[in-house]
Amino acid sequence: MNLPSLTLLGQSLLSGIFIGALYGLLGLGLSLSWGMLRQINLAHFALAFLGAYLTYQLASAGMDPLATLLVVLPCFFAFGVALHWVFARFAISPFNSLLVTFGVTVIIESVIQWIWTADYRRLESHYGDIKFRIGTLFVPLPELLTLLVAIALALGTWAALRYTDLGKALRAAAEDAPIAAAFGVNERALAMLLSGLSAAFAGVAGACLALSYTLAPSQIYAWVGVVFAAVMIGGLGNPIGPLVAGLVIGVSEALTMAITAPAWAPLVSFSLLIIVLLARPRKF
Amino acid sequence: MRAPVWIAGVGLALAAVPFLGLPAFYESFLYLVFYWVVLATSWNILSGYSGYFSFGHGAFVGIGMYTTATLAGKFDWPFLWTLPAAAAIAALTGVALGWVVFRVPKLRGELFALITLAVTFVIGTIVLNTPIDGGPGIYLNSVPLPAIMPTPSGTFYILALATALATVSIAYAIHRAKLGTGLFAIHDDEDVAEVMGVPTFRYKLAAFAISCALAGIAGGIQAMFVSYVTMGDTFSIVVPLNVVLMSVLGGTRHWFGPAVGAAAITALLYGFTAGDFAVAGRAAVGLILIVAILFLPDGLLGRFGRRRPKPAPAQSPVAAGLVATPAAPPGAAPSTRPLLEVRGLSKAFKGVQALDGVDLEVRAGEILGLVGPNGSGKSTLINVVSGHYRAELGRIVFQGRDIAEEQAHRVAHAGIARTYQIPRPFAHLSVMQNVALPARFGRDALDSAAAAREARFWLEFTGLAAKADALPEDLNLHERKFLELARALASRPSLLLLDEVLSGLTPSEIDGAIRTIRAIRDRGATIVFVEHVMRAVMELTDRIVVLNYGRVIAEGGPAEVMRRPEVVTAYLGKPHA
Repeated sequence: MNLPSLTLLGQSLLSGIFIGALYGLLGLGLSLSWGMLRQINLAHFALAFLGAYLTYQLASAGMDPLATLLVVLPCFFAFGVALHWVFARFAISPFNSLLVTFGVTVIIESVIQWIWTADYRRLESHYGDIKFRIGTLFVPLPELLTLLVAIALALGTWAALRYTDLGKALRAAAEDAPIAAAFGVNERALAMLLSGLSAAFAGVAGACLALSYTLAPSQIYAWVGVVFAAVMIGGLGNPIGPLVAGLVIGVSEALTMAITAPAWAPLVSFSLLIIVLLARPRKF
Repeated sequence: MRAPVWIAGVGLALAAVPFLGLPAFYESFLYLVFYWVVLATSWNILSGYSGYFSFGHGAFVGIGMYTTATLAGKFDWPFLWTLPAAAAIAALTGVALGWVVFRVPKLRGELFALITLAVTFVIGTIVLNTPIDGGPGIYLNSVPLPAIMPTPSGTFYILALATALATVSIAYAIHRAKLGTGLFAIHDDEDVAEVMGVPTFRYKLAAFAISCALAGIAGGIQAMFVSYVTMGDTFSIVVPLNVVLMSVLGGTRHWFGPAVGAAAITALLYGFTAGDFAVAGRAAVGLILIVAILFLPDGLLGRFGRRRPKPAPAQSPVAAGLVATPAAPPGAAPSTRPLLEVRGLSKAFKGVQALDGVDLEVRAGEILGLVGPNGSGKSTLINVVSGHYRAELGRIVFQGRDIAEEQAHRVAHAGIARTYQIPRPFAHLSVMQNVALPARFGRDALDSAAAAREARFWLEFTGLAAKADALPEDLNLHERKFLELARALASRPSLLLLDEVLSGLTPSEIDGAIRTIRAIRDRGATIVFVEHVMRAVMELTDRIVVLNYGRVIAEGGPAEVMRRPEVVTAYLGKPHA
């Protein structure tokens, strides 16, 4: 085993941080709907990819990639609200929510494949050409944007839940919906709002995906395991946890790749997840 | 006994297909159906029956594939000999995983799904990066296929058919066996199942091992069928998701449900692929899944999934009573011999000392009242004695044997039964099955027919006979309380722990319950009676023990103890002025 040079190590550390930010960004909506609505939304990943493809399509047609969010986010918000309406209407259990959203995932995947085919797609944008240089390290702008957005959304959500009345009402409803309702919290409307927000977060993550990654429908499943790991390690319903856990996983994966072989990387995240599940004393 | 005949008949008929001279296409299609029938049905044995939804079934299929690929492709084992090895290695991996995971009580439901999924990726990564695969995958083109049938496709067909028949038969047998009864109880309430005598850990492990072994065999055959094994196709999320989808669609509580779901989904996917509409086919599968969960949450066979108990032969209560009479003679006077001796028992929860050096004894044949204010440790004492919680300190000697370290199901086998203050019936089992279960798993471990007779007797005894086929959700509180009682009695306990059986009942219901409890004692059982209804305590008990803050503060005859100042203070507080 050869220790790589300091530059290489620094660069892989950086790329670990960047991919970790994306784990955290994808995990944020997942964690909120799992922890606060008791819904395991597998469709979150498909939605993020749908968002990425929409960004790709609109940007290819001449829109600024970031401006595409103005179109994508309202649609996704509405989708999230509708999804929750169905879940509430049929009183879906957490496990069945996983199965239903798997069905949604399969349908979205089919739609993506039907419109954009199974071929790889890559968004060419002027953002991708911009790189900063810090010492010997390169910092590409799209990845940096992802990191900043992930931090901003995580902190913003945390602050909103903690300090605003709406956030407090949401936390109360998550803790005990009937009691919160008895105190005048409109628990059903709040739940729809939260579900809409989670879906919108998926749209944001999708734009970041489109800026930095090559897209293919089959890639939807590639992110499921590791983002679940970030969500579980970070703590369900905790807005900052997934980002922190995502960064830890991303960095440890990147270092594993630099020191051993790239193919060993999944071992790190999933071993971490297993250890956390086995050792964590309280129920999530 | 119709089902085994059906399985055998259909199997024989299907075995004739390779001799019909159909195009190989049909055999390959049916091969795929059988392959998924095996995977879905084997998954269901653990996950459907016991409710431990595994997302790791792909790992065990993969282990089977790589076992066959390695042994046949690299070590030149004959193909058929690799299949038992594939089963064994998959089962061993499952047992090793279960050995760790099934001990952690919080890893149920979605967390079990997640940890099994994580294990899939860990095993996949290890396979990819070690010489087992090494990256490029393993080719099996040169491995000779035994000529069981005239054509290779016929051979694969017959192998998959045999495995599918075996799997469905095993699922059927387990469904009817004691193992299946235990697994269904675990599905509904694992803690209660354990307290009623179901060895939950061993049962889950057994179901997991069988499930994994069958998946391993299917994987071994599939490796040969595709003749090229790669990590990416094997250890993915696709296998578990398909398997869950098929089982849920068909119905997880029925032994044949997963097979129906597997056949339907495979045919659907194949039909669309053949018609060049693979994408539309996948979308249709997604849509079917959503519709099935929303409108048919119990699956296609869900309505047939309820296990109907065989009607017990009609029998007069008197005759049944002879069967059910416990060891002690009826109406035995309270003796001074201790049946249960508790010494220095302590238990704390996060700093709250629920039990603090409790000493007490229960004499054979008596009704011991256990009273005290809320939070005084009464329920904790019952939970510790019945083995649900482990005490930190102290001894619990029952019939001369220290049971403080025993698992709850062994405590039940020793002859201790309990009721729950808030009734915890098995929600998906009928009233009859709820009562038959402890008879089957209790002290005398009755066989199925005897357990049904026993259950019928106790249903008559508690006045629930008319509701035998109802589900617990159809009972009112009074009936649920009596269901708790009937379940505890059906295990023929020597010691019965009653946790507030009277709370929430109306005065006239309480009168009836008091008569019932007296009748139970007259049959020879010893009873620990935790209760707040003082009238009942005074009428029923021979002695009482008063707990406060986890300590025994008084003990003696009911009337005398309840007059003591320290007891009055514990209940009503100190007088001021």
